[in-house]
Amino acid sequence: MWNFQRLGLELAPDSTEQPVKRNVYVAQAPLLSIQSLSVNFGSNSVVRDLSFDVRAGQTVAIVGESGSGKSITSLSIMRLVHTMNAEITGGRIVFQGDSGAVDLVAQSEKAMRRIRGKDIAMIFQEPMTSLNPVYSIGNQIVEVLRLHENHTRASAREEAVRLLKLVRLSDAESLLKRYPHQLSGGMRQRVMIAMALACKPKVLVADEPTTALDVTIQSQILTIMRDLQREMGMAVIFITHDMGVVAEVADQVVVMREGVKVEEAPVSELFARPQHPYTKALLAAVPKLGSMSGTDLPRIDPLVVMAGDETRSVGTSRVQDTARTGEQPIVEVTDLVTRFNVNKGFFGGVSHRVHAVENVSFSIYPGETLALVGESGSGKSTIGRTLQLLQESTSGDIRFSGKAVADMTRAEKMRLRQQVQYVFQDPFASLDPRKTVGFSIAEPIYTHSLLTGKKAVQKRVEELLERVGLSPDKADRYPHEFSGGQRQRISIARALASRPKLIIADEALSALDVSIQAQIINLMMDLQQEEGLAYLFISHDMAVVEKMSHRVAVMHLGQIVEMGPRRAVFESPAHSYTRRLLSAVPVADPARRTDRPLIEGDIPSPVRAIGDEPERLILQEVAKDHFASIEMQ
Amino acid sequence: MTTVQTRSDTLKRFKNLEFILGVLLVGGITLAVVITHWLFPDSGTQVNLTQRLVPPMTEPGIWLGTDALGRDILGRAILGGEISLKVGVYSALGAVILGIVMGLISGYYGGFVDVFVMRFADVQLALPFILLAITFIAVIGGGLTNMIILLIVSQWVQYARLVRGSVLSLRDQEFILSARAIGVHDIRILFQHLLPNLIGPVIVLMTLNVANNILLESSLTFLGLGVDPTIPSWGGMLAEGRTYLQTAWWLSVFPGLAILLTVLGLNLLGDWLRDILDPTGRTSL
Repeated sequence: MWNFQRLGLELAPDSTEQPVKRNVYVAQAPLLSIQSLSVNFGSNSVVRDLSFDVRAGQTVAIVGESGSGKSITSLSIMRLVHTMNAEITGGRIVFQGDSGAVDLVAQSEKAMRRIRGKDIAMIFQEPMTSLNPVYSIGNQIVEVLRLHENHTRASAREEAVRLLKLVRLSDAESLLKRYPHQLSGGMRQRVMIAMALACKPKVLVADEPTTALDVTIQSQILTIMRDLQREMGMAVIFITHDMGVVAEVADQVVVMREGVKVEEAPVSELFARPQHPYTKALLAAVPKLGSMSGTDLPRIDPLVVMAGDETRSVGTSRVQDTARTGEQPIVEVTDLVTRFNVNKGFFGGVSHRVHAVENVSFSIYPGETLALVGESGSGKSTIGRTLQLLQESTSGDIRFSGKAVADMTRAEKMRLRQQVQYVFQDPFASLDPRKTVGFSIAEPIYTHSLLTGKKAVQKRVEELLERVGLSPDKADRYPHEFSGGQRQRISIARALASRPKLIIADEALSALDVSIQAQIINLMMDLQQEEGLAYLFISHDMAVVEKMSHRVAVMHLGQIVEMGPRRAVFESPAHSYTRRLLSAVPVADPARRTDRPLIEGDIPSPVRAIGDEPERLILQEVAKDHFASIEMQ
Repeated sequence: MTTVQTRSDTLKRFKNLEFILGVLLVGGITLAVVITHWLFPDSGTQVNLTQRLVPPMTEPGIWLGTDALGRDILGRAILGGEISLKVGVYSALGAVILGIVMGLISGYYGGFVDVFVMRFADVQLALPFILLAITFIAVIGGGLTNMIILLIVSQWVQYARLVRGSVLSLRDQEFILSARAIGVHDIRILFQHLLPNLIGPVIVLMTLNVANNILLESSLTFLGLGVDPTIPSWGGMLAEGRTYLQTAWWLSVFPGLAILLTVLGLNLLGDWLRDILDPTGRTSL
C-alpha cells in the first residue's frame, strides 16, 4: 500500500541517457567576467576586489556564510544592488552580449532593463514571495514574454505552455489559469525557473534557489536545472551556503568570506585539496551523511577552526553514551492524534481537517536524543508543540514520568513547563526584541520561583551565559546586538535556566551557518553529557540527525513510518520513504556525484475531507528495536 | 566605518534636539498656562469696548491684539490653553488606556471575547460622532469631565483596532510562544511582552489625536454641547475668529498657532519616546 504512487511520488523514466558533458569548455572569452568588483553599503565595504569568470555552459557556485557578500554579488551582476541601498564602487562586469562585450557597471538603467530578463535572468530564494499573488501564473509568464520578445498574446500563451512543460510541470494548460497560492513551494520554484528561462538567457543567476525547499523537492529542482542547462547551454551562477548542493551542481567554486574571495577552484579540486584554511574549516564543519556509518552511538567530534593561516582542532572526540534506557521514560506518547479543522463551510461547518499527527506512539528515555525527521507538513513540529502543551491534542495519551497529562492539576502542568523546555528555529524571532537577554534568561527562573533574590538570579544568569560560551557581562544587551549563532546560544541558556529534563529542539540548527551549526551541535551534546538532558530533536536535515541522535523516528503525513536506533535506520532503512529521504540528501562530495533520476511529484497534503480518514499504519519489528510500517509492493 | 559612526552620531544629536524642542514647546506652554492661571486669573476676560479689534503690536501692552469685545488675545490664548490641554491630553490618555486593554484582550484571547469587543466597536464606529455627542450630552449633561468621557468613549475604538491588529501578528511569533512554553502568566505576556512591542504606533496615533481632540472640543463648544462658552479655549477662539477672518486675522491665527505649537511639541516628544522605547534603534512607522 505504501508504494510511491500512494506517496504521490514516482520515479520518472530514466533521464540519464545523454552522456554527461562536464568540464568541456571551448577556449573562448568568458561570457561574464567580473573584474575587481567592489560594493559598498554606505561606507561599509561588503564586497572587495572580487574577480571571477563564467563561461558558457558552466556552473559557477559562490559559497559562503551569511554576511559573506554572495547575495550582494549576484545583485550587482543584475545591477540591482541599489534596491539594497548599496552601490558599486569599483570594478567591471564584462558581459559578452550579441553586440560585443559590454561593461554592465557602465550601462544606463534603460540599457540594463533590456539585459535583465533577456540576457541575464535571476531566480530568488523565496518561491512564496517572488511571484505576484494577484496575477495568474499564465499572466505573469505571458507578461515576461511580451516584454522582451515579439509575441502576440496567442503565441506567448503557447510559449508559456512549452516553458512549463520544459520544467516538467504536467498539465501546463490548466496551470496557466491558477494563482501562486494554489501551487506548492516546489511548483512555484519551477514556475520561477520557467519565467527566468522565458527569453533563453545566456546567464542564469540563482540565489539560494532550493534553500527554502524540502530535500526531495530540492533534488527535483536541481535535476531540472541541470538538465535545462545542458539543453540550453546556459551559464549558471549558483549562490548557496550548502556544500552538498555545491558538490552536486558546480563546475567551478568561488568561496567568499566577509566580502573577499578566499579561494577559487574546480569543484573536485576544492573538495579534494582545499587550500585556504577557511575553506578547510568550512568543509570540516559540513555534516556529511554517512559519516557515522558503523557506529552505534552518536559521537562528538573536535571542531576545526581557523587559526591564522592554519586550521586547528578544538576539543576531543568522545562517544555520547548518555541514554539511560533502563530507567522510566521521561515521556511516553501513545496513539497521539492532533487534527485541525479547516475550510469552514458557508454555515460554519467543518468540511476538511488537517491530519497533522495520526496515531503516533514513542517514548524518550533520560539522557537520550530522539530525532523526529520528515518533510514539511509531516507533523513533526505539531508533536513538539503538543508535548510542550502549546497545542491541544485531539486524542491519545501523553505521560510525563509516568503521570498522564490529562490527569494533571494546574500546579503539575506548571511543573511540567519547568521540566520540558522548547528551543525554536528562528533565533531572530524567539527572543523578545524589547527585553535584555538577561531578562529573557531570567524569565523562567522568576516564573517558576526557582531562586529568590536579585543577586542569586543575576549570578545564575551569568553562570548560564558562561555555560553556553558567551561572556557573562553581556546580560544587559538586547537581542539585536548578537549574531544568529549567539542568539541561539542565548535561547539554549534560557531553556537551561529552569533545569529541565527534556529539551525540545524544533529545527533549532536549521537557520544557522554550518560552522555555527557545528559549534551548537557540540554545545548541545556537551550539555547532554553534563546535565543528563534528553532531547527531542526535530529536524529535516538528515546529516545533522545522523550526527546527534540515539534513535530516529521518520515521519510522513502525520504518521511514523519507521523508528529505531540511528544506525539501523540510516544503514538499513526498511521503509521506502526513508530510503527516498536519504537518497535525496545532497552529498558533499563531488566524486560521489551521480546523475540521479528525477524524483517526480510533490509532497502530498495532510488536508483531508471529513470522513476520508487516513489509513492507520501498523509498525512491525524488522530487527531488534527497529520498527517500520509494512508496505505492499 | 567612520562615516557610519558620524551618521549615527548626527542621528543621535537629532534625537536629542527632538527631545529638547519637544520639552521646550510642551513644557513652555503648560508652564505659561499654569502660571498665568495662578497669577492673573482675570487676564483675557476683561471686556474693554473702547479697544475693540486692535491689531497686534500697535498699542503698548497689547502684544497680540484684542478681539471684538476688546479682550486681550494673548491673555485669552494662555487662559484658553487650560481647557484645551486638559481635554486634549486627558481624553487621549483615557482612550489609549481603554483601547490598549480592550485590544490586547481581544487580540490575544480571540474567540467570543474578540467577536464581542470588535462588533461593539464596529457599531460604535457606525454611529456619527455628532449624533453620539448630542445623545451623550443630552443624557449625562455637559461640562469638562463629561466631554472628556465622551471623547474617550468615541475614540478608544481606533486604539483597540490598532492594538488588536498588532497583537494578531505578534501572537504567533516565536518569542510569545516561547514565553507560553515556559509557563509565563498571561497578564505578564500581555503587558511585558506584547505591549512594549506594539506601543510605537500607538504613541504616534495618540500625539496626533491630541490635536484632533482640541479641535473637537471647539466644535462641540460651538454647537453648545461642550464647556461653558464664556470660558476661553483655543478651539472656541478659533470659532469666534472665523467671522472676522478677513478683517482681523489675529483673532484666529494666534490660537491656531498655539494649537500648532502644542501638537508639534507633543509629536516631537512622541517620536522621541517611541525611539527610546525601541532598543534596536530602527525607526518604525
